[in-house]
Amino acid sequence: MTTGVLLQITQTGLALLLAPLLMGWVNICRAWLQGRSAPPLLQPYYTLQKLFHKDAVLAHDATRLFRFAPYLIFACMVLAAGIVPTLANDLPFSPAADVIALVGLFALARVFQALAAMDIGTAFGSLGARREMLVSFLAEPALLMVFFTASFISQSTELPHIVDRLAHQEFALYPSLAFAAVAFWMVSTAENARIPVDNPSTHLELTMIHEAMILEYSARHLALIEWAVALKLFTYSALGIALFLPWGIAAAGDLNALPLALLALVLKLALGGAALALLETINAKMRLFRAPEFLGTAFLLAVLGMLVHFLLEV
Amino acid sequence: MSLTYHLQVVNLLAAVLLLIAFAMLSQRRIVGLITLFAWQGTALAASTIIVAWSTAQHHLYYSAALTLALKVVVMPWYFFRLVRKLDVDRDVEPMINIPTTMLIGIALVIFAFNLALPIAQMAGTVTRSTLGIALASVLLAFLMMITRSKAIPQVIGFLAMENGLFFAATSATYGMPLVVELGVALDVLVAVFVLGIFFFHIRETFDSMDLKHMERLREK
Repeated sequence: MTTGVLLQITQTGLALLLAPLLMGWVNICRAWLQGRSAPPLLQPYYTLQKLFHKDAVLAHDATRLFRFAPYLIFACMVLAAGIVPTLANDLPFSPAADVIALVGLFALARVFQALAAMDIGTAFGSLGARREMLVSFLAEPALLMVFFTASFISQSTELPHIVDRLAHQEFALYPSLAFAAVAFWMVSTAENARIPVDNPSTHLELTMIHEAMILEYSARHLALIEWAVALKLFTYSALGIALFLPWGIAAAGDLNALPLALLALVLKLALGGAALALLETINAKMRLFRAPEFLGTAFLLAVLGMLVHFLLEV
Repeated sequence: MSLTYHLQVVNLLAAVLLLIAFAMLSQRRIVGLITLFAWQGTALAASTIIVAWSTAQHHLYYSAALTLALKVVVMPWYFFRLVRKLDVDRDVEPMINIPTTMLIGIALVIFAFNLALPIAQMAGTVTRSTLGIALASVLLAFLMMITRSKAIPQVIGFLAMENGLFFAATSATYGMPLVVELGVALDVLVAVFVLGIFFFHIRETFDSMDLKHMERLREK
């Protein structure tokens, strides 16, 4: 039990530490692919440090909700990062939430983000919040469908069971997961405010979705939100790994497999980050009104995955 | 799941085939459509080769090679050339908007899967469970032909339908006799070239590749 708790703390701490690193790695790959000179790998840490040392400026009309939201968003993401198995399977935290509750956890963070953006009453804040809600209410059912496809295969909505079924039992190819993987990629670009749905590095307020919501934040609040964004990207990558490339995650109680699991995790994250950068480079940001079509396609692909599961795998 | 690995790969490739059929349905640009068509041919040839290898049906190797040569190399190359010459690579709005088309597509897939179940039970091949996917690809390609008004996407839809039929034949009966397949391949090839010449005539007559102009033909 104590080893389990220790492992859980290690895994969550590792997620906290690795998340900005992943962000930095994606930025470096993007810079390389676009022919720019790359920022240092540790740049996100420097930014966080700088932000934590500044004095926070709050708008006059800011209520307590506005100050409280970054902490809540950060807490949600830390909790989510603890639930998704990255290093070892079946840790004490993981029964806390199955995949459906995990989607709810993301939704909770998003609702508070949107409320905080509307709280100040600036035009850009509420514009961003509305766009975010438009995108997320379309992304959420698609994400649930992706999880249901994996759940049908493993007969459980608990992530440890899904990982156990896919990684530690007899190897099989699941065509339905191919559909789910494409749908998952589409959903995660929308949820993480990446190209083609949103551009994370834009300075044009009129095209912003996620950035528009956090324009009013500064200093430690902004640092927490930026860190939460990095954690969300990390958690989504970990989810993608757990569902589609779970080989390497240590089985429950298997301590000897841990060094290999860490190596596999870093390798998979590095490859995943490079792939994300590549996809962001070859795609252009689409118009906002194309986003419903994009996410509708994701939903249909996830449904198709389920149908194919019943045709080919039962 | 007690299938052997190469059959699992065939199933995976069948899923990829269906995925590409949906991607074609949602694709707006003609060049993207041609690339997807080439990929569909590749997946088809790969699955045919694996079926040929696992069931020792040697004539399937020939049909796989034919698919690879015609549908992955010759036809896409010819289409790319046509698009360049006709200068028609622009966004094409289909007649029904794309989300609705995709919804109809899902309904077609469910229909095809249900339709294929009793047929698949009668077939004696190891790949019979992919019959539903083959039928679905045929119907989806048909849907694409219906919803597009431009000439080149319609022809690609026709060829994608042929891909689906070929896959259906492979999964239900390990392919048609070689003579039939050769004949079909030749027919398709000739059809593509004839249609290619047609494209030029259509554009010369109507100044557009939109086939709805052809609904009002009158003798002068």
